[in-house]
Amino acid sequence: MGQTIVQKILARATSRPNVEVGEVLEPAVDTAMSHENAALVMNQFQEIFAGLGRPAKVWNPNRIAIIFDHRVPAESKKTATNQKKIRTFVAEQGITKFHDIRGDEGGICHQILPENGYVLPGYVVVGTDSHTTTHGALGAFAFGIGATEMASVWALGNVLNVEVPDTIKVVVEGELPKFVQPKDIILHLIGKISAEGANFKVLEFHGSTIRNMSTSGRLTLCNMAVEAGATSGIVPPDEETVRFLREEADITGEIELIAPDEDAKYCQVVEIDASKLVPQIACPHTVDNVKPVSEVEGLKVDQIVIGSCTNGRLDDLETAANILRGKKVAHGVRMLVFPASYRIYQKALELGYVNDLVKAGAVVMNPGCGPCLGVHQGALGDKEVALATTNRNFKGRMGNPESDVYLCSPAVAAASAITGMITNPQKGGF
Amino acid sequence: MAKVIYKFDDDISTDIIYPGRYMATVLPTETPQFAFDDIKELNKLLNSEKTNETRVIVAGKNFGCGSSREQAASCLKGHNLTIVAKDFARIFLQNSINLGLRTVICPDIEAEVDDDLEITDDKVINKTQGKEFAVVPLPKARQAIVDAGGLIPYTQKILKQRMGIE
Repeated sequence: MGQTIVQKILARATSRPNVEVGEVLEPAVDTAMSHENAALVMNQFQEIFAGLGRPAKVWNPNRIAIIFDHRVPAESKKTATNQKKIRTFVAEQGITKFHDIRGDEGGICHQILPENGYVLPGYVVVGTDSHTTTHGALGAFAFGIGATEMASVWALGNVLNVEVPDTIKVVVEGELPKFVQPKDIILHLIGKISAEGANFKVLEFHGSTIRNMSTSGRLTLCNMAVEAGATSGIVPPDEETVRFLREEADITGEIELIAPDEDAKYCQVVEIDASKLVPQIACPHTVDNVKPVSEVEGLKVDQIVIGSCTNGRLDDLETAANILRGKKVAHGVRMLVFPASYRIYQKALELGYVNDLVKAGAVVMNPGCGPCLGVHQGALGDKEVALATTNRNFKGRMGNPESDVYLCSPAVAAASAITGMITNPQKGGF
Repeated sequence: MAKVIYKFDDDISTDIIYPGRYMATVLPTETPQFAFDDIKELNKLLNSEKTNETRVIVAGKNFGCGSSREQAASCLKGHNLTIVAKDFARIFLQNSINLGLRTVICPDIEAEVDDDLEITDDKVINKTQGKEFAVVPLPKARQAIVDAGGLIPYTQKILKQRMGIE
């Protein structure tokens, strides 16, 4: 029986020829990522060793990545103190992949990992963040875990009791129409299969649209796989993956293009005709409440957010700059832009995108998770409406349960910033 | 005996269970005060009432969807709640088991607030309504962690073997 790409990765991570769906494994971890919640991981990690009477030592300081992104710079003394404790721990343990609050190497964890070459095809990647699914875009099996589970990984180098998941094959064919973006594909898919349609399963992306898509777009797709409940999203790596890793992540070593077998067994196949897609909007308060933009056009918005681990990359900022160049954000609308990393921020400065956006009236913030999860700036007032390129619209997500969050692509967000209402950029003038 | 204190529909996210604004608070001893902070009556109920009775929250599908924040499990564990849901989102279920929060998967559950339940390994008996509902057993991999008393003792056991500690 053929193997899916995740079966092959798990077989390799357990030194076995093959694995069956449903088997319980303890795969070796290649990259273990945490952000500020490393403070809780540390607590649990120390508790594990306290019970053993041995000094607490991580299994491999070169395989642990810690990136400050959720509350940067710190919004409170509590966060600042947590960050301080983590810095001490990083130094004590000799953790090498540490990204502090810096304008040269900082950013959002899900951007820092790919752009620094911390993820390669075939890797097992775990992160104490649900959007760790993002890294499947590079052909890794990447999934979110809790802090205690990460403490166990730090101690052992294995992630315990992983069931080999079933895989849903998603086949996307055709050319995306103008102003229809990878975000629209994933929103459409989530709407189609529901917020729990892929719970405990993997979404494996295939088809000509995916093959022709940049790594940036693939990162967007896999980022939101978790919004369909998926354990992970994954794109079989190809020439584009190699291009990204060589040109943008400075990988010089061997890259193995792990691929699913032709006769791999899938629990479900979902087909999407990209050429027929229109811009999509996820309406409050679930990510699967997805409608074509025409059904919500004209709704007045108070805040536009472009950025995040979902859509804060250079091509996203380019889309926004191209639409907003020489125009103005409507008065009465706040537009917040937060690039996914400082590397992207610097490139956007060099290419003039930041200037275009600021001149139009946008507030360009420092890279970080920012308003996406309502913990640090950009909170909404009562009854306010936000239109965001982020990944969640749950009640209270942007810091206020009395507000509404709609999700969309960068193109829709930028066009809507000009009009002050949800707008389809395909309708002209953009 | 256990009493239903609150009933939810489908897709209750971790933002509802433990709002993002409290994520800087991480210690399991400190998280329970913020459980369901945006549902004031429930938060108040959890924080004010002291009872020896087992308190149950009943929910629909996909309970705990969203973030991997472990506080969502630890805040409920701190109130010694039992969650009976039609099903759970993966990371939340895993976190609950790792921390020892009792999660019961009961796809056909019918229960209202104030109903008395008896929860066994294989069924939920709604005493008030006189009905029984089958429980889906936890996957074996997770039951092993429950049996060990949570993920920390489970990991300690493996570490001891690796380090040759008796």
